[in-house]
Amino acid sequence: MNPAPPTPHDHPRSTPAPGPILGAEGITRTYDGIIACRNISLDVWPGEVVAIVGESGSGKSTLLHCLAARQEPSAGTVRFRPEKAEPVDIHALPEAARRRLMRREWGIVHQNPRDGLRLYVTAGANIGEPLMALGERRYGSIRAQAYHWLEQVEIDTQRIDDLPLTFSGGMQQRLQIARVLATRPRLVYMDEPTGGLDVSVQARLLDLIRRLAAELDIAVLLVTHDLGVARLLAHRLIVMRRGEIVEQGLTDQVLDDPHHPYTQLLVSSVIQV
Amino acid sequence: MGTPVIEVKNLTKQFVLHTQHGAVIRVFENLNLTVDAGECVVLTGPSGTGKSTLLRALYANYKPVSGEIIVRHEGEPIDIAAADYRLMLAIRRRTIGYVSQFLRVIPRVKTIDLVAEPLLALEHDPEDARRRAAGLLLRLNIGANLWELPPATFSGGEQQRVNLARGFIHPYPVLLLDEPTASLDAGNRATVIDLIREARDRGAAIVGIFHDQEVRDLVADRLIHLQPVEKVM
Repeated sequence: MNPAPPTPHDHPRSTPAPGPILGAEGITRTYDGIIACRNISLDVWPGEVVAIVGESGSGKSTLLHCLAARQEPSAGTVRFRPEKAEPVDIHALPEAARRRLMRREWGIVHQNPRDGLRLYVTAGANIGEPLMALGERRYGSIRAQAYHWLEQVEIDTQRIDDLPLTFSGGMQQRLQIARVLATRPRLVYMDEPTGGLDVSVQARLLDLIRRLAAELDIAVLLVTHDLGVARLLAHRLIVMRRGEIVEQGLTDQVLDDPHHPYTQLLVSSVIQV
Repeated sequence: MGTPVIEVKNLTKQFVLHTQHGAVIRVFENLNLTVDAGECVVLTGPSGTGKSTLLRALYANYKPVSGEIIVRHEGEPIDIAAADYRLMLAIRRRTIGYVSQFLRVIPRVKTIDLVAEPLLALEHDPEDARRRAAGLLLRLNIGANLWELPPATFSGGEQQRVNLARGFIHPYPVLLLDEPTASLDAGNRATVIDLIREARDRGAAIVGIFHDQEVRDLVADRLIHLQPVEKVM
């Protein structure tokens, strides 16, 4: 047994945190009697990157959607702690209050950028729209922020008035990240953010997510089936199988010394380059 | 006697390989070890006796089956075999440094930033962190022409020196060194020996594995010989 050495890089900032930003308890979601995820409990703390890994059909995307209030769980509670406020049970909130939280406090990066972008409005407007939804009305400020975020995600600012329809897949994905981050969310959900991108584009995107998560001190909950992505980005790893958590811990610990048979199978199935 | 910084008590580690019909590999059993501040302990023993496994357990990279690993973190004794993951990350940031034989390259991250990163994670001034990274890289013979490049294309020896610079940039109270001189030439090896001795003299508790007899003789205050156990059950 000679796995790769552990990675001591990349730690969440040491700012004192009053508690988890997200706390899920006993989340179960069924579809017509079929259980997608069962009795899942987890916490995410400010500034922390947590990856959920598992094969397709393990229920990780369903879980993500329940946590991000895009789906209602069949059972369980999801508590979110807004800035300078007590945690709230997001599924018990009135619709309007929940929508307000979704716009202001967290964002979601979809696997397919077409699910998170509006392809027929300009790149600049894609960044400006969520800002306007939060009440920003000054055109100059919106324009300046659009420039800023395009630079942050390394998109040529000369493309600000182009439609994302004309962008490559990697550029669309970066634009989607800019659109999500522009509203300064405190928690970002990512569903296979690098899936479907070629490897060099993927490396660039991973570097970007890694850098922005640390610089902006946001919490990230990432769903991926790629253990390499998880190792590079996540402080902590949660392994799901058939709708349940089978193992969790520090990322390098779970990958280098997996205990559950399923995690061992997952780790031993990775092709070494 | 100095102050114990690391106290390993009755530590047992085994691997259960579920993909190999549940084969059990026993690595070590009831292992005890104490390392004081300002002491360099070198692990010896034939290949497969668990030297690297012990180092990885001390970094909480491997989970022991039973026993305690008490490490002094900011004045407090903490059992890292039982510590919660957020505390463990703080311990790795501040207290325990680990240098392995291999550098884990991060795509697109420049050598200088890779070396400065442990200081940035402690919220050091970025300029100062880069200055210190540059100083260490120069000392380890990595020229300024390489600093802006990601080390992916560097030679094995260069990567190892980048890794060493990363491991020595913060004055960790505990340093774990797994063959850090394995592919270095004589000149660079001498620099690393100096770095290890300086760390020891400032009070670091060091646990290392060095197959090179000469290096071992120059840095070790004490040798711990690991005994083989009956491997497979």
